Amino acid sequence: MPNIKELKDLTTQVRRDILRMVHKVNSGHPGGSLGCAEFFVALYQDIMERKDDFQMDGHDEDLFFLSNGHISPVFYSVLARSGYFPVDELNTFRLIDSRLQGHPTTHEGLPGIRVASGSLGQGMSVAIGAAETKKLNKDKHFIYSLHGDGELQEGQNWEAIMYAAGNKIDNLISTIDVNGQQIDGATHNVLPLGDLRAKFEAFGWAVVEIENGNDLEAIFNGMAEAKSLAGKGKPVCVLLQTIMGNGVDFMMHTHAWHGKAPNDEQLEVGLSQNPETLGDY
Amino acid sequence: MKTYTNTGNKDTRSGFGAGLTELGKTNENVVALCADLTGSLKMDEFKANHPERFFQVGIAEANMIGMAAGMTIGGKIPFTGTFANFSTGRVYDQIRQSVAYSGKNVKICASHAGVTLGEDGATHQILEDIGLMKMLPGMTVINTCDYNQTKAATLAIAEHDGPVYLRFGRPKVANFTPENGEFKIGKAVKLTEGNDVTIVATGHLVWEALEAAKDLNEAGISAEVINIHTIKPLDDKAILDSVSKTKCIVTAEEHNYLGGLGESVARVLAENNPTPQEFVATQDTFGESGTPAQLMDKYGLNSEAIQKAVKKVLKRK
Repeated sequence: MPNIKELKDLTTQVRRDILRMVHKVNSGHPGGSLGCAEFFVALYQDIMERKDDFQMDGHDEDLFFLSNGHISPVFYSVLARSGYFPVDELNTFRLIDSRLQGHPTTHEGLPGIRVASGSLGQGMSVAIGAAETKKLNKDKHFIYSLHGDGELQEGQNWEAIMYAAGNKIDNLISTIDVNGQQIDGATHNVLPLGDLRAKFEAFGWAVVEIENGNDLEAIFNGMAEAKSLAGKGKPVCVLLQTIMGNGVDFMMHTHAWHGKAPNDEQLEVGLSQNPETLGDY
Repeated sequence: MKTYTNTGNKDTRSGFGAGLTELGKTNENVVALCADLTGSLKMDEFKANHPERFFQVGIAEANMIGMAAGMTIGGKIPFTGTFANFSTGRVYDQIRQSVAYSGKNVKICASHAGVTLGEDGATHQILEDIGLMKMLPGMTVINTCDYNQTKAATLAIAEHDGPVYLRFGRPKVANFTPENGEFKIGKAVKLTEGNDVTIVATGHLVWEALEAAKDLNEAGISAEVINIHTIKPLDDKAILDSVSKTKCIVTAEEHNYLGGLGESVARVLAENNPTPQEFVATQDTFGESGTPAQLMDKYGLNSEAIQKAVKKVLKRK
């Protein structure tokens, strides 16, 4: 188990980054970003086997694909703090001429991004393609992907889910951020997702549930289980239960902060709940 | 006037299949994906030779395009195969975000384009795909005219780094370009020299343009026929050089006149050398069931239609 204290400090700093990034440009998506801070920190700091220098082809390393691209603030913060690009560049989020576009893209050449995402429902197909190529290249590394729960309303996911099981894509570990919220409200009010475990299992996936997806130890344990299930003929789905807006009390448990930035006062409250640890950018 | 010999009717999709088969042997990075139309796309031989590099995705085109984008990560060169309708309109956003905007080296290979798909009717006859694809930044758009050229283009796009839309068709049509000829993306091919009118044609309309040029020649009209196999990037120079001599132009394509080759040519002319132009294309309409020949006739996509357009444009000089 990695040093949880250090990773908790990093997670707190990532939360500060998220709040400051969206506040500065008065736009962006803090809710889902805050909810996935622990997951990204765990993934990039420990779970993934990755190289320091970014190469698009990513031979002999694990690869990650973010399908719900709107949570770019957490992605950018963790990529920067994992060494992919200077932390100071977080200052340019959503500004003109920036590599940190509103939604992640390869177009501006930001290291760490392997495909554009934002229009929802496309990431799992891309991840499966990368997984097939890993198999062709006899590269034993894993493909990780992250998807919003509301995003599963997009039909393309179910094409991909069917393909992955039917073709034994067992080097793929796809995590669903189950926070139960989407722009218009709770997922069960907008379009109920039903029993996600039963659905993935019925399609032929192995499923791991992480009940406290905002607890680093729970994430490490759950992802270790997911890894142990990989390579056995089935793709692996991780149902990661998170709290949207986690770590900022007034943003938690609501869809209200899905795509809304805090004002000056709200920012101060949010930052006071997440004291600086590694240093602000 | 230079004439061309039809060495025997063949379908352009079989040219694609032959090219893909050759690529299978010569380029180990080439992989093929198909959405339940392996036979129609003539991908059977590639599949038989390289089952490990052939990916049957089922009737799930969106997933196919996304997978193709992902497969480029790690160095593969994916060729996707389905009908033109399902290769473009059905998966526009997947192509836009996961392929074009992401700059992925995916080759979208589309058969059964246009009305010559025939009896299946308008649900399957896309006449808007060139427009859809040419509007995507960074997308190369190619529409080949016969078997030999389709095979050559299939080989050429594997060497090109970047997303490509390769459009071809179902019916058996004249095969007249050289076997194993050179295919240069973005380089138009002048088929006949002429002084009175330029005819710029793409796809199945190239042979019709040659037939028209023959008849026009007998009527004393000298037509310069240019085969524009690449609609994007367009060979501006070939068009401008020709109209500087002929002073008028007819464009011919099996596509809607909105968004097609004709509009691309019109833009080049408007910017550089405004020139009278007539459009041989479908007139903002859907197709219908019928034989390819009946449909080409009804929708004004044959030699007769081209000759009529030439006579009209000559009067506008």
